Amino acid sequence: MTDATESIKEPHTTTVSWYEFATRHRASIAAAVILVFPLLMPFTALAVNILIYGLYALGFNLVFGYLGLLSFGHAALFGTGAYLCGIAIVHLGWPWYAAIAAGVAGGLLMALVIGVLAIRTRGIYFAMVTMALSQCVYYLFYQAVDLTGGENGLRGINVRTIDLFGLRIDFINPMIRYYVIAAFVIAAFFVMSRILASPFGAVIEAVRENEMRARASGYDVTLTRLLTFVLSGGFCGLAGALQALHLSIVPIEILHYETSGLVVMIALLGGMGTFFGPMIGAAVFLVLENIVSVWTVHWQLIVGAIFIACVLFFPAGIWGTLIARGKR
Amino acid sequence: MTAAAGQASEIILRTRGVGKTFGKFVALNNISAEFSRGAITSIIGPNGAGKSTYFNLLCGAFPPTKGSVEFEGRDVTGLPQHRFAHMGIAKSFQITSVFPQLTTRENIRVGLQALVSRYDIWRPRARLTELVERADELLALVGLWESRERAAKTLAHGEQRALEIGMALASRPRLLLLDEPTAGMSPEETRTMMDLIVKLAKERTVILVEHKMKLVLGISDRILVLHHGELLAEGTPQEVRQNEAVKRVYLGQREH
Repeated sequence: MTDATESIKEPHTTTVSWYEFATRHRASIAAAVILVFPLLMPFTALAVNILIYGLYALGFNLVFGYLGLLSFGHAALFGTGAYLCGIAIVHLGWPWYAAIAAGVAGGLLMALVIGVLAIRTRGIYFAMVTMALSQCVYYLFYQAVDLTGGENGLRGINVRTIDLFGLRIDFINPMIRYYVIAAFVIAAFFVMSRILASPFGAVIEAVRENEMRARASGYDVTLTRLLTFVLSGGFCGLAGALQALHLSIVPIEILHYETSGLVVMIALLGGMGTFFGPMIGAAVFLVLENIVSVWTVHWQLIVGAIFIACVLFFPAGIWGTLIARGKR
Repeated sequence: MTAAAGQASEIILRTRGVGKTFGKFVALNNISAEFSRGAITSIIGPNGAGKSTYFNLLCGAFPPTKGSVEFEGRDVTGLPQHRFAHMGIAKSFQITSVFPQLTTRENIRVGLQALVSRYDIWRPRARLTELVERADELLALVGLWESRERAAKTLAHGEQRALEIGMALASRPRLLLLDEPTAGMSPEETRTMMDLIVKLAKERTVILVEHKMKLVLGISDRILVLHHGELLAEGTPQEVRQNEAVKRVYLGQREH
């Protein structure tokens, strides 16, 4: 037990459990599951949705679960990523990879702006300030009709083929599209895993655990929070960019506060502060939505009831509850 | 007594006329004092004397309303809290303050890491093996080696206090500030803690705040007595014990 990563995650046991194994190889396991995932889904578009929302929740969870701040404005980061990717393709004619980079940069930058303004507040105030700022972003993009299409959304993000080292890949084919997007999501999982296992990952959790102690130990709590928020913005920006490529359109609703609320639900459902929780939450939520909405138009009622039941009986979320069982 | 009493001429920390007001309430008024390197100095006084306020000014938890604090000849008044650890000042809190869900070892390892790596998001921290080794040394020093893999929240109260001191030592402080280190401890735990403090003082300067005068008389080189936000008396334990003003303040209060 010299591995510091393991000792953080696993305070009680010294033998190698399935859970420790899962922690050590978390990014590889995520990659393996993602690769076979579309074969388990009724149709590929759902699998792509789960990937993208799972990535969005992964980024959100860095702030919510690991840093311990509830942001109610993550739609702004997700949406900015989507819009910047779309604008890069539609108005600037950039190639797909540069557009994705623009989306990531947009997420990082927007997180920096919102972070600088909001990061000194705590608890409910942080949730309110981030929500208010994300509403500002909503109106900013809503008003910039020439760039964003305003109410109609940004249309015409048509990427039919993807050129990769001279290889022309057909992006219209759903299966190929899934694997192209999956490649980015898997890369993001590896990066997230490294961040969490890094020295800075330990600082993030220390700040969540005890802000005063972290400060007395010599950590700049405000800067740590800001940097974490910005990193989170990068992941959410990437998710947004992939969403724009996937949908070929960026609807203005992407910036709506419902998109912020959705990611809170997904993270809670899967298990906040766990590595796999966000992806599992996204899968369960979207599959449920899919099944129930075929059956009744009042699907939100049913899904909402299931969500409430989950929060009441499994407050640690699906994956969080499994971890607690596995530790025993 | 510590061996350093002889070199008491060197001043590690000095306050010049510091005061602190909260709204209209004057918590601390015009305190000037000097703390010798290598000594154990205790700050005592009855409840509401301003001990904790003074402590918080010394460790940088908040800035004084007036006056200045000087550490090793450098004005540190108003510097942000996290800078104090880097300068060589560490503190323990009056109310136990650890990272509850992290293991005992990780608590100290995080404390050590603050001097080495604060913003590295890429290298695996498992590779900073020397931090784990030093954490284990500190765990042994404060008597927590057996509990190293347990979550800090599962430790007994006395153990958590010891852990806090271990964390304070992580930043290799030249000055260690302890706020009522024995608060809420059993007599047994208190004795262990006092022994630990004397041991620690052999290699660094210690300033501690204590409510119970009796506890610190035996171990202190110098004692400051605060009362109603003022410096009431100052001197060796012997001098303080015989001081008429101090006797008056502590009279009527049952001596602890």
